[in-house]
Amino acid sequence: MIHPIAVAGGSHPSPDPRDRGGPAQPMLIVQGLKKSFPIRAGLLNRTVAEVRAVDDVSFVVVKGETLGIVGESGCGKSTLARLLMHLIPKDAGQLVLDGDPVGEARGVMLDELRRSLQMVFQDSASSLNPRLPIEQSIAYGPRVQGASGSSAKAQARSLMEKVGLNPSLFGQRYPHELSGGQKQRVNIARALALDPRLLILDEAVSALDKSVEAQVLNLLGVLKRQLNLTYIFISHDLHVVRYISDRVLVMYLGQVVEIGPVDAIYDDPKHPYTQALLACRLSMDPEARVEAAPLAGDPPSPVSPPPGCRFHTRCPFVEEICKTAAPVLGDVLALAPERHLAACHMVQPGSGHSRAPDRVGVH
Amino acid sequence: MTDAIVPSRSPAATHLPAAPQRVRGYWGSVWRRLRYDYVTLFCLVLILIIVASAVFAPELAPLDPYKSSMAHRLKPIGYRNYLLGTDEQGRDMLSRLLFGGRVSLSMGILPVVLATAIGGLFGVLAGYYGGKVNTVIMRTMDVFFAFPSVLLAVAISGSLGGGIVNQLLTLTIVLIPPLCRVAETATAQVRTMDFVDAARATGASTLSILFTHVIINVMSPVVVYASTLVSVSIILASGLSFLGLGVSPPTADWGLMLSTLRQSIYVQPWVSAIPGIAILVTSIAFNLVSDGLRQAMDVRS
Amino acid sequence: MNDMSPPAVAAVPRPEPFVRVEDLRVTFVSRDATVRAVNGISFDLERGKVLCVIGESGSGKSVMMRSLLRLHPKGRTVIEGGMRVGEHDIASIGDRTMTKLRGSLVSMVFQEPMTALDPLYTVGEQIAETVRRHEKVSREAAWARALELLELVRVPSPERRLKAYPHELSGGLRQRIVIAMALSCRPSLLLADEPTTALDASVQIQILVLLRRIQREMGMAMIFVTHDLGVAAQIADEVAVMYAGRIIEYGDARDVLVAPKHPYTRAMLASTAKDQGRDHPLEAIAGSPPDLRALPDGCSFAPRCAHAGPDCTRAVPAPVTDLRRHMARCVRTRLKAGLLTFDPGVAGDPAVREGIDLAARSSPAHCASA
Repeated sequence: MIHPIAVAGGSHPSPDPRDRGGPAQPMLIVQGLKKSFPIRAGLLNRTVAEVRAVDDVSFVVVKGETLGIVGESGCGKSTLARLLMHLIPKDAGQLVLDGDPVGEARGVMLDELRRSLQMVFQDSASSLNPRLPIEQSIAYGPRVQGASGSSAKAQARSLMEKVGLNPSLFGQRYPHELSGGQKQRVNIARALALDPRLLILDEAVSALDKSVEAQVLNLLGVLKRQLNLTYIFISHDLHVVRYISDRVLVMYLGQVVEIGPVDAIYDDPKHPYTQALLACRLSMDPEARVEAAPLAGDPPSPVSPPPGCRFHTRCPFVEEICKTAAPVLGDVLALAPERHLAACHMVQPGSGHSRAPDRVGVH
Repeated sequence: MTDAIVPSRSPAATHLPAAPQRVRGYWGSVWRRLRYDYVTLFCLVLILIIVASAVFAPELAPLDPYKSSMAHRLKPIGYRNYLLGTDEQGRDMLSRLLFGGRVSLSMGILPVVLATAIGGLFGVLAGYYGGKVNTVIMRTMDVFFAFPSVLLAVAISGSLGGGIVNQLLTLTIVLIPPLCRVAETATAQVRTMDFVDAARATGASTLSILFTHVIINVMSPVVVYASTLVSVSIILASGLSFLGLGVSPPTADWGLMLSTLRQSIYVQPWVSAIPGIAILVTSIAFNLVSDGLRQAMDVRS
Repeated sequence: MNDMSPPAVAAVPRPEPFVRVEDLRVTFVSRDATVRAVNGISFDLERGKVLCVIGESGSGKSVMMRSLLRLHPKGRTVIEGGMRVGEHDIASIGDRTMTKLRGSLVSMVFQEPMTALDPLYTVGEQIAETVRRHEKVSREAAWARALELLELVRVPSPERRLKAYPHELSGGLRQRIVIAMALSCRPSLLLADEPTTALDASVQIQILVLLRRIQREMGMAMIFVTHDLGVAAQIADEVAVMYAGRIIEYGDARDVLVAPKHPYTRAMLASTAKDQGRDHPLEAIAGSPPDLRALPDGCSFAPRCAHAGPDCTRAVPAPVTDLRRHMARCVRTRLKAGLLTFDPGVAGDPAVREGIDLAARSSPAHCASA
């Protein structure tokens, strides 16, 4: 069972009229989310293996915060985003949006979820319909939700202004006539068109030039304050995640390996994977070069993840216990969200790892 | 301005980001590229002339295309008032060519239009839904695909019988599978694009997504492919008529004319070749136009 | 115009450069527009050194590099200026010779390893084939060389990987294979076009460490194109910052990355999210990069520059080079005690200052033209 979580400390956003569960009710509770993709082969199209893209992921998103999600390619962060958006069906798990379970008889219906939860896609050739003027791309959502043509258009124009695009100059342009940064502004405007409360930003600035990336990050900050938004910010760029996030969730091969407040994660990472990821950040100083790569090899394939701790094949502290027993993260749903948790035998007291603390008294 | 709400210093805020001065739509940009493609333009004009001459055949034809004259059989090009000579029954070749164009062009264009609508619809459905829907539709198409198109056309029209309507039906059935395949491939590609997911995330119905986001993007590859099929259809129709499976004499039709004049090839080789030349020129023109269209419709170029 | 030569006072004898590019201009001509992608760049590169070219998309960095291999489509590209690698004049040699030089003298590593590999052949077949194309060796010798190359790029269990197809390998391994292929004929100059951009951070750093080690061991010169200042700091000896087809700052990696003098480089550094406080906005650079079909007059960065004045738009700023060979093209940079300094208060030279009124009147026009 899930209980409302009391958030100790931290500033709550001002009460929002759209609020149903109260300010302390998390915006989103994700419980035991699972998704695997079958790999079919052979004449009969039989399932020969499966990719466990998201494997028992649980976390909460507090109202008004930015939760950063980091991890390498193949860790399941994009699948997670699509699961949250209900773009692909989940195998197991539950979502609770502002106190109401999603897709159940007494809970919120999908249609309402659509309005509360929107996604900004990575700027790429495919994020905008190439044959639609951008004003129509933005107005599409309101139209679908039943707005009249003229009011959807007016809304699109005001949103374009909000994201810093002059509607009379850009409204009738096609995506190929815009620069990467401008396209990303359109993507953001489109996501905002249904007046959502939670935005999932999937690698939303990763494809942009650095000088444009800063503009878009600033825009996201301004919009968040103006519109009282909550963000889930998915990225592989650790610098950007540190700048924008309040809390950070680290994923490895479909599982959460560490979660906690951003400074705790960056200043005192507990999981060896997080430590290695952070060591991979590049310094801007040519005299502070990394001489040996912190992590050897590529991430193992999610098709057949190693037994025990999934990171043990690359971990410098690996011991026997790591190869057999999977470490647990702890009950993220029951504990306060600002707790710093890591799924590693080295932080679990009495786990059998030689570096594990003796008594209860972890961070 | 792109920097409207960026709170940092924003000098020279009048600077406009890189973008063309004049905003033009997709078709505007297609036309702009086409305008300099002289080969395509020439072929377009040629097609217009051929179509116009078929449409206005009753006005343009100097003589009655069905009036035969035993005295003036197989006369050479330029004989008296027979500009292109006469056929084996002494009918005016020019008039027959003009009237024959009506049938041949209709047989080129109509089946393609019908097949594009039907095949395109099935292809879009198969591509968008995937899974079982795709299997059912595409495997059915594969059955037709397994036969060479000429053989299939002969088989179908053989069982349906001759006549213009049956020929139209035959050609449409033959052209549906390839168009369906192209539409399916293009749709499956569009289906994976993020903007389709973004539309699904707004809670849009499948129908709305198909019409607003999918068909509009699938259209150009399908239209380009369909335009290459016009010449195929003309040739197939002529072939069927040639074999006696299409329109029946005395209707003027390029394929049928070629067939009946075949016996006179040693008597009047040039006159006999005229319907063949008409088929050749028309189909090459359609092919070149579709080539040019494909290039012009490529947004990246 | 030889921008990079040191001033007379600092005439330290320098070895003859291995690569010399002089006033290179690359223009793409099409029916619709003339795109001036590279607008006069010059640099020297010694053997055994790494030059990092930093720039955003559209800065002309990749175009410049592809010109060194003459990879541009012939009919639509106009290349002017001098390019010399070793004793070969790249700009004037025949196509036959150029084909021979590709791979043996100059070699290239691309951003997307999957497109550089043929999916139908095994890795070993592809490397051996590349070796045999340039050297007359037996099949067995070529295969042995392929194995050697995989060991050089530290591919684990190389014998097994030689028999693998590209799709069976991870992104990091594929990029190692592509690097091995590029090295197969012992090139003297390696060109790398964002070879780590498509990779995960943990793999990116492996590849950077590898490239750096191989480059040092083989004594190659390397030109490395990237948009990431952090990557440049990892691998560069010298850094060239490009904007709108010109090198706007050049110098020793540390000089440029730690104490940049051009407002663009300074703004780029200031705008990165690295170690910035969460509470205040980033110092973003306003606007977007210029349209290469219609470049603004004068300094191309002026429309976005915080320190721009009317004097910036009069002419393309001349390069100023200091004792340490640190160069910047900006009217606000000065030589002070032989070193480059950036002084936002300085106006352009007096001759230019006379034209301020005139330039001020004409400046809206230049803004609109962009």
